[in-house]
Amino acid sequence: MALLACNDLSLGYEGKPILEHIDFEVNTGDYLCIVGENGSGKSTLMKTILGLIHPLKGKVQTGDGLRQNEIGYLPQQTVVQRDFPASVYEIVLSGCQGRQGFRPFYSKADKNLAWENIRRMEIEKLAKRCYRELSGGQQQRVLLARALCATRKLLLLDEPVAGLDPKVTAEMYQLIADLNRKDGITVVMISHDLEAALRYATHILHIGARIFCGRVEDYLKSETGVRYLERGGMNP
Amino acid sequence: MTLWDYLELPYVQNALLVGVLVALCASLLGVTLVLRRFSFIGDGLSHVAFGAMTIAAVVGLTNDMLLVMPVTIVCAVLLLAAGSNAKIKGDASVAMISVGALAVGYLLMNRFPPNGKANISGDVCTTLFGGTSILTLKPLEVWMSIGLSVVVVAFFVLFYHKIFAVTFDENFAAATGAKTRLYNLLIAVVIAVVIVLAMKLVGSLLISALVVFPALSAMRVFKSFRGVSICAACISVLCAAAGILIAADRGTPVGSTIVVADIVVFGLFSLIGFVKSR
Repeated sequence: MALLACNDLSLGYEGKPILEHIDFEVNTGDYLCIVGENGSGKSTLMKTILGLIHPLKGKVQTGDGLRQNEIGYLPQQTVVQRDFPASVYEIVLSGCQGRQGFRPFYSKADKNLAWENIRRMEIEKLAKRCYRELSGGQQQRVLLARALCATRKLLLLDEPVAGLDPKVTAEMYQLIADLNRKDGITVVMISHDLEAALRYATHILHIGARIFCGRVEDYLKSETGVRYLERGGMNP
Repeated sequence: MTLWDYLELPYVQNALLVGVLVALCASLLGVTLVLRRFSFIGDGLSHVAFGAMTIAAVVGLTNDMLLVMPVTIVCAVLLLAAGSNAKIKGDASVAMISVGALAVGYLLMNRFPPNGKANISGDVCTTLFGGTSILTLKPLEVWMSIGLSVVVVAFFVLFYHKIFAVTFDENFAAATGAKTRLYNLLIAVVIAVVIVLAMKLVGSLLISALVVFPALSAMRVFKSFRGVSICAACISVLCAAAGILIAADRGTPVGSTIVVADIVVFGLFSLIGFVKSR
């Protein structure tokens, strides 16, 4: 069975649908990019997959032994976080919270996992630093380390390179690609950057008036893909 | 009289004990409230408590806590439990409930003066600014304050990591399986309890000061959530103790004196923060 499957999913707020009839599957090892115009419902779709919003119709199913609380999530930054007094270590460790239940304190294993992911993201030197004093790229690494504490299987990333400069953006993409290829973590990413999406992803989910889901090669040949690329000023 | 003479007076001892505990509770919760942009919830909920108190007085309830506590808790839950996904955003909903309750409370007091008392503005003033009721605490009130403070501190320690996770990123916490709704609900209930307690001490207008000043002072200097929490608690305890002793000595209003102490510390910590960052 697929890691994640949506059948005839309709989603929106307060009974008003934004997107309807979405069908797609994500299999272990995939790198899926969700693309589409602004306001087409990409973030809403991601929140529905995460269970933050209930779908209006249909269901998000997880398979392959993946439980709902084993999805790692890299959200867009919120206003609250910009001046939040917290050390990098505290934030990464909070990625283990989902598995805590009512246990009040973190176990040794949780702390080890946090350090392991801090090393994996190469931010050991920042561990004691204050989150709000870090650069945008460093902050994203911290949030990625936190997401990795929550999952070993599936990462959901909501525009992970928004607001980063080109050099840091390239590093971030490489980091995510490595997690996908070397560590076998399945990636689902919302992206505005179509060029990068086509370069790194294995699958594309295009949402909007037309919906496309399939391999990158097929997307490039599809009508939806060709039109979208032309509007972005790229040659298919 | 010297400082030690004051410390031997039982009513000063009671006031110190209760004052310090309430200040401690308010500051612990203040950190998460300030960070969630709910700095004014202390003010809002205390106005709700004020409104409930006037209703209790008009109806003629002898123990007004029976009405004040549930009403305040319900309002706190309405304000906070919706979390960051509320339809009316935090500051607007707090402002609405705050002024609404204040207006209704004052209107009721004006139309139905409790026990035919004529001094309405005096009553209102005492409720808003706290008066000196902390120096005239009854033993039952002292024990109740101690009991509730212990519960609040225990809650904060046991739920510390959950409070952090929910405050820093509610959506992430919910997405990865934390019971954020339940935690928000618990936090709201505890905040309501603390505010009703704190009203006795500083009155409803100055509660916000007790909630925001220690947290903001600590944030000038400390950079981790743990550091800020511990520092805020220490500042709040010291300021409450200093304020009560000065008030007992000079005869100044207790609430305002504590808040002035908090303001002085905030100035000091801002300076330290400024020097450290250079």
